[in-house]
Amino acid sequence: MDLHRHLDDELSSLRDRVLLLGGEAELALERAMYALSERDSEVAREVLEHDDRVDHLEVEIDRQCIDIIALRQPAARDLRFVISVAKMAPVLERIADHACNIARAAIDLNNEPELKLAFDLGKMADHALIMLRAALDAFTSSDAQSAREIIKSDSAINDLYNHIFHRLIELMVTEPATATRDARLLFVAKHLERIGDYVTDICELTVYMAEAAFIKHTN
Amino acid sequence: MQLKSMPVQTMAPRVEVPERRDTRVPSETPSTQPKVSVRDLDFFYGRTQALHAISVDIPERVVMAFIGPSGCGKSTFLRTLNRMNDVIPATRLSGKVMIDGHDIYAPGTDVVALRRKVGMVFQKSNPFPKSIFENVAYGLRINRITSSKSELAGRVEQALQDAALWNEVKDRLKTSALSLSGGQQQRLCIARALAIRPEILLMDEPASALDPIATSKIEELIFDLKKQYTIVIVTHNMQQAARVSDTTAFFLLGKLIEVNATEKMFTAPNEKLTEDYITGRFG
Repeated sequence: MDLHRHLDDELSSLRDRVLLLGGEAELALERAMYALSERDSEVAREVLEHDDRVDHLEVEIDRQCIDIIALRQPAARDLRFVISVAKMAPVLERIADHACNIARAAIDLNNEPELKLAFDLGKMADHALIMLRAALDAFTSSDAQSAREIIKSDSAINDLYNHIFHRLIELMVTEPATATRDARLLFVAKHLERIGDYVTDICELTVYMAEAAFIKHTN
Repeated sequence: MQLKSMPVQTMAPRVEVPERRDTRVPSETPSTQPKVSVRDLDFFYGRTQALHAISVDIPERVVMAFIGPSGCGKSTFLRTLNRMNDVIPATRLSGKVMIDGHDIYAPGTDVVALRRKVGMVFQKSNPFPKSIFENVAYGLRINRITSSKSELAGRVEQALQDAALWNEVKDRLKTSALSLSGGQQQRLCIARALAIRPEILLMDEPASALDPIATSKIEELIFDLKKQYTIVIVTHNMQQAARVSDTTAFFLLGKLIEVNATEKMFTAPNEKLTEDYITGRFG
């Protein structure tokens, strides 16, 4: 049974790595939003500098998945786990990329006068962060039911995005002098909305991993 | 901007994407009636029960693989399909094994005719110490299937071609079969089985003693043969079962635990015991 224990060890190490990547993506998003709300460009630059580590982790996970498939030929739940991780790693890396884009927007916005907003972009970010954390928890515990619930909650982010989108367009029309800053914030909101979509992807992979059910593109 | 002069259809024409098709399914549609139908089969070696209430259908012109740990009964079950167990003393059987709707254990069954219909290839190649030609011709001669030398030669050539061996041996048909490599000897044994034109081919670990290249040739051959034959293969190599079969059956301690489409079996089996075996977490 040593060979099987070896596979278990490798799968466990893969799980640790993908959770580490998830943690990095979560931290990048949290700090990018902090940089934006607290106007702290130093923190924003740290987020950007840290992105190399995220990229490196993604490549490590890719290699590990390929090695396991080639050398261990996993089947059934092991195969579903490895495939899910292989597809999840680039999704988490993209979430970190969106966090970097938010950090860049924060640096630009911090160089301009502060824009007092009548809406809460932070609320949207909090929702995205809660979804991401819950999605990683559902993945860790192979909890398809929770994953399905998280997917449903993405509509709240979409609603918030639509609300913010309309408010920012109004602002551009009524106060043209703020248009550049409004546009940057609009991009931030779009990044958050996309993160919600990526979290949905993670949850779909969790459902596949746990139940071998393909729920992607099934509404 | 000359918007008005732009063609109405600027997008590339839609490309029709064909539905995902399982290339392992033969182009001809097999009949819906199972080729082999087994019901409540119990098998005993003396007092030891080796098979417990096995019920399974094997459709025509598919490859069904039997997997399971050593001693689980998969080879015993395979041998019940052409009554090869009859030659083992103190064995008995209850239940039904139907081939094309006929109970092969019914009194009066012509066992020789049955074994013509249900050919078998064994784990270790066992060519006769005769020429390549004579090995394939042997079954045709003793069964008096051919009436002329030219017909015999034609049947031998066809069998060797079906076994993907003709091109390698056509210039040395009179040399000893024992001069062939292990993989060639195994394909010769397959040709010998095919020469009498069976409908079902039973293969008991046909590639377990072969190197990867010879194994690959046997697997390609199995893939080609299923267009004409119903193939039942016992294998210890789960990757081989995954590669060659349409349906996989998992045996454990003489019981049939699960039968499922091979894709399903190796990605999401229904039974926990199957999952534990396939993922190597057995015991």
